[in-house]
Amino acid sequence: MYIAASRTPDLATGIDPAPVKRRVPANVLALGAVSLVTDVSSEMVTAVLPLYLVLGLGLNPLQFGLLDGLYAGATAVVRVLGGHLADRWRRLKAVAGLGYGLSAVCKLGLLAAGSSVAAIGVVLAADRTGKGLRTGPRDALISLSSDPAALGRSFGVHRALDTVGALLGPVAAMGVLAVSLGSYPAVFFTSFCVAAVGVLLLVLFVRDRPGTADRAAVSPGAALELLRRGDFRRIVVWAAALGLVTVGDAFLYLVLQRRWDVPVAFFPLLPLGTAAVYLLLAVPIGRLADRIGRWPVFLGGHAALGAALVVVCGPVSGPSLAVLALALHGVFYAATDGVLMAAAGPVVPAELRATGFAVVQTGQAVARMASSVLFGLAWTVWGPRPAVLVAAGALTVVVAAAAVVRPVRS
Amino acid sequence: MKRLLIALLGSVLLVGAAVVFTVAARQGSATDEPAAEQLTLAPGQLLFRDTGTGRVASVPVSDPGGPRRVSGLECDRFAVARRTAVCLTARPGVLPAVTDVRVLDANLAVRHQESLPGAPSRARVSPDGKIVHWTLFVTGDSYAATGFSTRSGLYEVETGRLVKTIEELPVYTGDRRYFAADVNYWGTTFAPDGTRFYATLGSRGKTYLVEADYARYQGKVVRENVECPSLSPDGTRVAFKKRVSDGVWRLAVLDLATLEETELAETRGVDDQALWQDDTTVLYGLDDGVWAVPADGTGGSRRLAEHAASPAVTG
Repeated sequence: MYIAASRTPDLATGIDPAPVKRRVPANVLALGAVSLVTDVSSEMVTAVLPLYLVLGLGLNPLQFGLLDGLYAGATAVVRVLGGHLADRWRRLKAVAGLGYGLSAVCKLGLLAAGSSVAAIGVVLAADRTGKGLRTGPRDALISLSSDPAALGRSFGVHRALDTVGALLGPVAAMGVLAVSLGSYPAVFFTSFCVAAVGVLLLVLFVRDRPGTADRAAVSPGAALELLRRGDFRRIVVWAAALGLVTVGDAFLYLVLQRRWDVPVAFFPLLPLGTAAVYLLLAVPIGRLADRIGRWPVFLGGHAALGAALVVVCGPVSGPSLAVLALALHGVFYAATDGVLMAAAGPVVPAELRATGFAVVQTGQAVARMASSVLFGLAWTVWGPRPAVLVAAGALTVVVAAAAVVRPVRS
Repeated sequence: MKRLLIALLGSVLLVGAAVVFTVAARQGSATDEPAAEQLTLAPGQLLFRDTGTGRVASVPVSDPGGPRRVSGLECDRFAVARRTAVCLTARPGVLPAVTDVRVLDANLAVRHQESLPGAPSRARVSPDGKIVHWTLFVTGDSYAATGFSTRSGLYEVETGRLVKTIEELPVYTGDRRYFAADVNYWGTTFAPDGTRFYATLGSRGKTYLVEADYARYQGKVVRENVECPSLSPDGTRVAFKKRVSDGVWRLAVLDLATLEETELAETRGVDDQALWQDDTTVLYGLDDGVWAVPADGTGGSRRLAEHAASPAVTG
């Protein structure tokens, strides 16, 4: 019925045909550990960077915004390129390692850049390039290392470990700042050391593409070739369509904050609420996706976001509803981020897995960027509440359409 | 087994290196510091942040090259007017950033303190000494994406009224009210009588000069591409940062009656809220120093103090 059925027909019926291997593959755990450590490193820098730029170097907010937003678009191209090269050279681990290594070296680059804004811009661009390079090959490795019937669980485990790192990063940065009496170079150097541990773990414990790969030629036009495959194209298009009606985090938190008059001091804690729920639910929802189908869970995640939007704008108010909205937002992340990869995995041939994932992710990312522009416009013209309600309506329509049309079936 | 050993050894080495670096940074910052002197807001001083120590220091305005007296007060941003001063300090080691806003009396003793989210960006005191106002730089508004916003607030010294953010200020362009989700204000400046103020409004990639009536609490857009306004003591002109290209600003003065702009003789890019020393000279921080330039576009810039930022003049 859904795409999960293309490889494992019995899963769609909700009956476990044979006991799924109980243990999470070692390679997935290794990649999860690498992501955990790397996220500690990168979130350390993300947490202190605004302070460093504005206080340490005296940049003003607009300059920071420029520096920050400049390279968001470029990573989309790099991501597809990284996926393609990894497939072409048949070296998923090497390309992912290159990405991790580049990002690690960039932490030293921040030290070397000193107070030169231009140099910091270059370093940040290189850092994002590293992140773009590694994402496709890494997710391909996760999917190729997993039992096709347990892809959702594998991605759930990986994303949960990843989120632990993201939560620990700011804590680590605070610790370094406290011990070093506010030294930013100490944060950057520690971040480098932590990232280097991540690279070390990758080199030592991650195995490249287990099993034999088909020897089919991977041409430069492989990504285009992939898009000619109907089932793959439909995933890309529907993921992008859903991305286009997704409301960005910043807007949701802003509405939450205004509705419940959250003290501004607690405002930064809202994303932590989302992350905590994401962390808790990533694995259970991944397993659920393996059982009942990944695409329905992916759609369900978007429905959760729609419900969160309705809750924040609904007629009933109360602190428990704010918590509910945050929980639904966490469900949205848990049911969409890794689950989409699990859904896309079976329809992409193994030798094009990295390219395929990169294309899906890029389509979704570009659509979400466009959505935030559109939503910002609606917010301006109609005001927050109508804009959110309209967005929730649009989301419902697209989710319903995706459920009725059932674009992704075997 | 061998891999495990290498991983363990490598991790211990790397973490050890990080610990050594961090502890060394701590000792490097704890070098012997000069004894603190008691400063006051007596007239005729140029006060600023001594960037070596991070503390407020003073030199005579008439002889800025003269002996520097350094107080024990640590501030990232500092401003004075009449008998009131304000000191913004980022709380060390706290993430996301929290700023302590301290309102000080003429002896630099703390009269009032607020702790607000964000990193210090700008600080000012209204010319009558009654309103302390500031801009903080706030991040962490999103889980998946990074971004920034500014929050400008004010505190009435006599009444104790606190406005944490002025972003609710209704603003009109012509007779139409301006609405946008991404409104940010930064760089506020008050008129001598405290009844009106100016600020930068940033929205959708553009910046505007907003003039606001403080009592009616309503603003209007005066002009585009004006950042960090600073009103002259006579209230007729605004010194500001004019964006000439991405990330490059020039210091200019806008005549509020004629809306005529004059670029000042400082040709380097300035990223600071200018300060009027008097009606003819503006001061600003640049390249780890405090500089002065004539306000009419003539002459040239000269450095008043090295290793200094955030100038303030007592009068």
